[in-house]
Amino acid sequence: MREVAVIGVGITKFGELWDKSLRELGIEAGFEAIQDAGISGKDIDALYVGNMSSGRFIDQEHIAALIAEQVGLSEDNIPATRVEAASASGGLALRQGYMAVASGEHDIVVVGGAEKMSDVHPNEVTETLAASADQEWEAFFGATIPSLYAMIARAHMHKHGTTREQLAMVAVNNHHNGSLNPKAQFRSEIKLENVIKAPKVSTPFGIFDCAPSSDGAAAVILCPLARAREFTSNAVKIIGTGQATDSVAVHDREDITTMAATVKAAERAFKHANKGPKDIDLAEVHDSFTISEIMAIEDLGFVNKGEGGKAVENGLTTLDGDIPVNPSGGLKARGHPHGATGVAQAVEIVTQLRGKAGERQVKNSAIGLTHNIGGTGGTAVVHIFEVV
Amino acid sequence: MPGAVARFWREQPNRYNLIGTRCTNCMKVFFPPRDMCPKCHRQSIGKMEKTQLAGKGKVVTYTVVHDSSGAFKIQIPYIMAIIEFDEGTRVTGQIVDCEPQEVEIGKPVHTVFRKIREDGKSGTIHYGYKFRLD
Repeated sequence: MREVAVIGVGITKFGELWDKSLRELGIEAGFEAIQDAGISGKDIDALYVGNMSSGRFIDQEHIAALIAEQVGLSEDNIPATRVEAASASGGLALRQGYMAVASGEHDIVVVGGAEKMSDVHPNEVTETLAASADQEWEAFFGATIPSLYAMIARAHMHKHGTTREQLAMVAVNNHHNGSLNPKAQFRSEIKLENVIKAPKVSTPFGIFDCAPSSDGAAAVILCPLARAREFTSNAVKIIGTGQATDSVAVHDREDITTMAATVKAAERAFKHANKGPKDIDLAEVHDSFTISEIMAIEDLGFVNKGEGGKAVENGLTTLDGDIPVNPSGGLKARGHPHGATGVAQAVEIVTQLRGKAGERQVKNSAIGLTHNIGGTGGTAVVHIFEVV
Repeated sequence: MPGAVARFWREQPNRYNLIGTRCTNCMKVFFPPRDMCPKCHRQSIGKMEKTQLAGKGKVVTYTVVHDSSGAFKIQIPYIMAIIEFDEGTRVTGQIVDCEPQEVEIGKPVHTVFRKIREDGKSGTIHYGYKFRLD
């Protein structure tokens, strides 16, 4: 297998982007990445697009070909593939792109992630997202995605002593980071007591425990490491990739306070990279809910199981902590256009490793990790990046 | 989400009667029923037997839902829980006929047969299990 590098990144502003369609968002992110990489359309061999549910959100399927054509890549009739694994769609698209380059099948690959969630009523968004749970045996009985994560949170609090305040601190940290990110949906700081007193969504969660539903797109350009210098002097290597599954229904897991898919995907990515959790300088993890980030730092091996809440309280994950987590603001503050999120995480890590993250720059970082979850943990994908 | 009747109708025998399956290789019970045991794999082929659950269990975890959509909007706030049946298998369902503050992890519950939701004024009415505290 060949070594693979990221040679360009692009990302739109995330948020409720009433004036932008899905295709416009995809093109904007893709064009920025192409320009950043210094390539031209003719160089591109393939496109992978992560997208969760364009069919339900904008009544449009077949979006890989649509975006390829709209961005002008159809000149050469390149292969374009949509990848879906609920909110892990973007991370999986990155992995598919990685494998296409590593295998030697393609040289220059565009990996995009895009979602347009504000074109339908919020009720429709809730129902569409619930379809990433087990529709027949969870959602049928009234379970929503927030309610499933809320049940995980309560179990985590019961078993490991995680506190309401520790959950809230995740949101406070990520809003702080988001306030420093010009592309973030939420750029305001929030206070701990406001998180705790916020209107309830599903106990113990209030609205500030939940990532928003957003519009946005992100893109990265991949190429064989051996060719990276033809295009750029600041390429970043992908040194590890891992993907795993678990039961889609939360109730089928032996321990609902751990995500086996994360544990396995991380193990595979670390093995591939010949690295361990201690080698990671910063991480973008899937904080769809405050508990998700606490579980992620445990399941990725940054701290022992059950100690995630305490670690957040002690400042492990802040921008100047030992392992800064979600310097972009994470799903919580940067925003969560579901199919774009996994690619947006890669954009952030590459930007950080290039030293181009501005006010939110993590100092002295050489190795970064991304962690993207589908639904409530049925899919996890982990990537590890290193400066060249 | 509304759908064709058959999509729901085909699950009725299990949902109405709590019929699961038991792997007679390792004796583990599954609900909803599985055609193959995820632990015994090919050893379980032809050895999965139907089994009736007693409908008794305990609360593994729960939440009070304050924001929902579609047919569940009128039920807000409602209690969702993961229940472990005495047979060892777990399901997700609502706990009803009590105040949220009465629910605790570990409390014993039993199933009751209830209306789950209806798909609009003229759509399908769905029934199934919910739970009550013992």
